[in-house]
Amino acid sequence: MQPVKLCAFLVTIDLLIKSEGWELTNISTPIIEFKNVGLSYGDDEVLKNIDLELEAGKFYTLLGPSGSGKTTILNLISGQLTVTHGDILFEGNIINDVPVEKRHMNTVFQDYGLFPNMTVFENVAFGPSIKGMSKKDIKTKVTEMLTLVKLNQYADREITELSGGQRQRVAIARALANDPEVLLLDEPLSALDYKLRKEMQYELREIQQRLGITFVFVTHDQEEALAMSDWIFVMNDGVIQQNGSPEDIYDEPINHFVADFIGESNILDGIMKTDYLVHFTGKDFENVDAGMRPNERVEIVLRPEDLDLTAIENGKLIVTIADQSFRGDYYEITAIDDDGNEWQVQATNKSKIDERVGLTFDPEDIHIMRFNESENDFDARLESYEGEEDAEK
Amino acid sequence: MPKSKKQRQLFYLMPYGLWLLLFVIAPLILLLFQSLTTQNGQFTLHNYALYFSSGTYLLMTFNSVWYALLITIITLVISYPTAYLLNQLKQKQFWLLLVILPTWINLLLKTYAFIGLLSKTGTVNNFMSLFGIVPQQLLFSNWSFLLVAAYIEIPFMILPIFNSLAEINPRLEQASRDLGANRWQTLRRVIMPLSMPGIKAGIQAVFIPSLSLFMITRLIGGNRVITLGTAIEEHFLVTQNWQLGSTIGIILIVAMVITMIFTRDRKHSRKRG
Repeated sequence: MQPVKLCAFLVTIDLLIKSEGWELTNISTPIIEFKNVGLSYGDDEVLKNIDLELEAGKFYTLLGPSGSGKTTILNLISGQLTVTHGDILFEGNIINDVPVEKRHMNTVFQDYGLFPNMTVFENVAFGPSIKGMSKKDIKTKVTEMLTLVKLNQYADREITELSGGQRQRVAIARALANDPEVLLLDEPLSALDYKLRKEMQYELREIQQRLGITFVFVTHDQEEALAMSDWIFVMNDGVIQQNGSPEDIYDEPINHFVADFIGESNILDGIMKTDYLVHFTGKDFENVDAGMRPNERVEIVLRPEDLDLTAIENGKLIVTIADQSFRGDYYEITAIDDDGNEWQVQATNKSKIDERVGLTFDPEDIHIMRFNESENDFDARLESYEGEEDAEK
Repeated sequence: MPKSKKQRQLFYLMPYGLWLLLFVIAPLILLLFQSLTTQNGQFTLHNYALYFSSGTYLLMTFNSVWYALLITIITLVISYPTAYLLNQLKQKQFWLLLVILPTWINLLLKTYAFIGLLSKTGTVNNFMSLFGIVPQQLLFSNWSFLLVAAYIEIPFMILPIFNSLAEINPRLEQASRDLGANRWQTLRRVIMPLSMPGIKAGIQAVFIPSLSLFMITRLIGGNRVITLGTAIEEHFLVTQNWQLGSTIGIILIVAMVITMIFTRDRKHSRKRG
């Protein structure tokens, strides 16, 4: 068999495997695994003892403020950085010392990193031509990729002739042209305007599902993370604060940082008197959390969209409207209770400043956060009393 | 002060414009005029005919181009890796300064310093004699000429290449590695094409002056290498044949213009389909 034909044959097999969803690797082996990974520059610990496992074919997001270590994790996966301690595994094999160019993953950079001396076509063809693919195969591959990102009319354009959104698409096509098993995306949408960003969020998600490869997406935009991901890692200070599905992380933030960073939150100090009874703002409230010590000091999270304004006699708390601003689909209201706590409320109706109204919420809207609870303890506690509840039912 | 913008621009241009007129344009016209006239001031193409029919002058032209080419290639081969390395260093501005430093010293002084180094009783031979090697004649050879010429031209090659390399976004190197290219492939397919403007500028800065070198050919090369520069000097100062000297000068200028055209930065030259 001629080498060209053999190559085409292998590509066909490759496509077949992808389109039929055949799995060659053991499903139980994570595609990427971090074992106690740390990275330091001198005394500066950028990443502290990170453990994580990524399954093949999922959309993962590393979410955190700048300096939280999220891009560092991405650079460790791609091989641009090397660990100070710990191991990084790819399909079960340690890849700590495998150079960037030998890893089966590609990156979409924040500033795209497109080659300015090459056309759109040449940029996308870069990876395949390095691999030594034939001219014909390269053309097929590039056309396929440019079609995927809806840029097939632009193959002969210079990079300087493209808009930001189009450059973004070229960067995605270029990274995907190498058939990576993992695509790494470093805040790729941050330079785009709001509308374009929304569009690209949707398209990226679609591309990921069509190709069925693993995406690792880095962002500081919690909305983006919630909208796109199968699984989110929330990072701060070089530590994974919490990981879980978007719903888990939004509904059950583990600590003050996560509650504050993901969505809008009202965070108050309180005391967990017994299971299912919490005390804050001088009153006792029924709630749905358990598994803590009696009279343990905790923090309480109430989401603005879970709060409702009502008549004074129906309110669990009485508040005074201090400020409001119109946000299009709702009014953002700031209200002060009699203890002086500030409450953010999202209301559908307009209010009057200085009006006294009732504030109400349901027991399941009260989220309890213990101080310094680890993710493992958190999960174990949730399991223990949720198990009890199921047993009672 | 003149009022309108155009008048103001003209005003600022005046000092250099005058300079240009007196010391560049006027001499060029004189040079052209002289090359086209006899000693009595009559129009003639004799000088050009003589130049192109004489094997000696054509050989000199060939020598000039050949040695300028060798000097350019030697400096390029040394300068590109050096500029690349300089760019990776932390204190790159400091190291660059060290490279540029020799250009602040007068050319003649540097040339004499090399005579001191390379002569039969010079530093190099003294050092070699420590190992029992008999003093050699190092000066007045093609090799010593190339060595000194390259030494003098290297900073002029390094500087533009360094600047063009410094302008390249380091992300592009990362992206290239990420896409599977090793260091060498990245250098060849990304870094080198992007530093081409610097390479071209460096070639201009080295090749063109090298065409008319004459002092080094005399002092270091011992007039073994006769270039057009040497020929011009001979005609003006020794044989007093200014007409032929001017002709060679014009030919040299034409050669320089051709070099400029070949090495100019051709942006937007790619045709779109």
